[in-house]
Amino acid sequence: MAETRKELLLRSIFKRNPIALLVLGICSALAVTGQMSTALVMAICVTLVTAFSSLTISIVRFQIPSTVRIGIQIMVIATLVIIVDQILKAFYYELSKQLSIFVGLIITNCIVMGRAEGYAMSNPPISSFIDGIANGLGYGFVLMTISFVRELFGSGTIFGIEILKLVTHDGWYVPNGMLVLPASAFFLIALLIWVIRTLDPEQQEKN
Amino acid sequence: MKSLNKFFLDIKPYFAKGGKLEKLYPLYEATDSFLFSTTKSTRSAPHVRDAIDLKRIMITVIIALVPCTIMALWNTGYQANSALVAMGSLPAGWRGAIMQGVGIDPGSILSNIIHGSLYFFPIYIVTVVVGSIWEALFNLIRGHEFSEAFLVTSLLLPLTLPPTIPLWQVAVGVSFGVVFAKEVFGGVGKNFMNPALACRAFIYFAYPAQMSGDKIWTAVDGLSRATPLGVMAQTSSQNPIAALDITWFQAFIGTIPGSMGETSALACLLGAALLLVTGIASWRIMLSMLIGAVATTIFFNLLPEPASPLYAIPVHWHLVLGGFAFGLVFMATDPVSGAQTQAGQWMYGILIGFLSILIRVANPAYPEGVMLAILMGNVFAPLFDYFVIRANVKRRTLRHG
Repeated sequence: MAETRKELLLRSIFKRNPIALLVLGICSALAVTGQMSTALVMAICVTLVTAFSSLTISIVRFQIPSTVRIGIQIMVIATLVIIVDQILKAFYYELSKQLSIFVGLIITNCIVMGRAEGYAMSNPPISSFIDGIANGLGYGFVLMTISFVRELFGSGTIFGIEILKLVTHDGWYVPNGMLVLPASAFFLIALLIWVIRTLDPEQQEKN
Repeated sequence: MKSLNKFFLDIKPYFAKGGKLEKLYPLYEATDSFLFSTTKSTRSAPHVRDAIDLKRIMITVIIALVPCTIMALWNTGYQANSALVAMGSLPAGWRGAIMQGVGIDPGSILSNIIHGSLYFFPIYIVTVVVGSIWEALFNLIRGHEFSEAFLVTSLLLPLTLPPTIPLWQVAVGVSFGVVFAKEVFGGVGKNFMNPALACRAFIYFAYPAQMSGDKIWTAVDGLSRATPLGVMAQTSSQNPIAALDITWFQAFIGTIPGSMGETSALACLLGAALLLVTGIASWRIMLSMLIGAVATTIFFNLLPEPASPLYAIPVHWHLVLGGFAFGLVFMATDPVSGAQTQAGQWMYGILIGFLSILIRVANPAYPEGVMLAILMGNVFAPLFDYFVIRANVKRRTLRHG
């Protein structure tokens, strides 16, 4: 292994961020970033699913025939997603209602699949597990940044606590309705990618 | 003048390559070519000799906008003055103090224009200052030259805004539009959307309370007076035109509430005449957008079971209400974001005309569909051009093997 475990954990947050560099998982990044609490839960779910699916697939990687590997990966991921979904429904029913379909759709989140296929299939279990956690953290980092801006300036709150007092509550802040719309996350992700690639020119694509 | 010119030539070496202030060259060039004619000449072939360059085009568009701007000043003041006289009160704040000295009289052209200026110019100044700051920032970092294109954008945007819009919202909107619709794509000439419309769309979606409804179109506090399109969208009567308290001629001249510069179809016609005579705007886009709108209206008029009374609005009303005329003359014909090929321009115009009327009559939530229609057209313009060019390539391969 060329990378130490620490490098493996840190590289996916900034150097090889799954959203900012690989541009995966955009769909859920638009959908759940309206509020920080949903974004946080989503990030945790994706982290757990990615980590344990990478671990499982890496353990059985020599037993998987390469012709049906995608099907087996999907089955592992789907099982984990259903477990996570059921846990949420059992203990955090309100949150799971807000996240609605998006927890179930982690199955189709390209990050999970991408790590299983791109890393876990050819690396030992412990590294795969760390890699899964790291990618979940990278995903969570972007989600939290976007949802921070969207919730603060779109609704004047952070985790539901009012920070900027709204005009409708006799305050001074006029909320920006654009940021409540999912499409605004496109602009914010673009800005974030811009910032990251300016700080780290290595990530810029060559023409 | 001569000494000024000499001064500029004297300081030129400082800004040239290797000079002390090399980084500020775009600023120097902008001031120099604004005051004098450009000293540049092309170094390699082809040497096109043409009196018209980007600067002349932009100045002509600004001259074409003059009737709309004057009408915006007058009508904003006229609407406010008439409302104030009817209510028998004075406006609050600094505007009230000035208007007390001038006198409020909807019959006096001077009083109307001064009152309108008190609303128009703050918005205009904010647009120019904030936009120029962003423009300057990007130009200096990238070493681009300043372009007059922003003068057009900064005049177009205030004309499409309601007079009561808060100035900070204008500043936020301009920042978004200039950065996201123009600078991130590489600056002037590389934007695929009309920057002024992108600014307006941002404000429209971010702050709908200040951009739509019936409280904002007349510059008097607490007065609610909807635009004609808003009135018609809310009425339940089978004949929406009858719900209006204005005549067609009023709508044509533009003495109706609405965004500042868009109310007068007559002023837009004057601007269109200049743009067409000088050949700056494409007559194909204007004509095809008109055809698209007329055909769509007639289609909706002829539907046997209209789902909404708005379907029945006749063609001649559609053309003078809302931003249709303004969008047709000044926004859709933007040479950068519009289609370039001739066949592409026909498709582009027809699409915008069709969408404008479709959004207007089929979706009363967005009575002002022209803005969205033109932005949509902008997005499709490169696609139209691509197909036209591919078809041409195919035809020529068949002909010449």
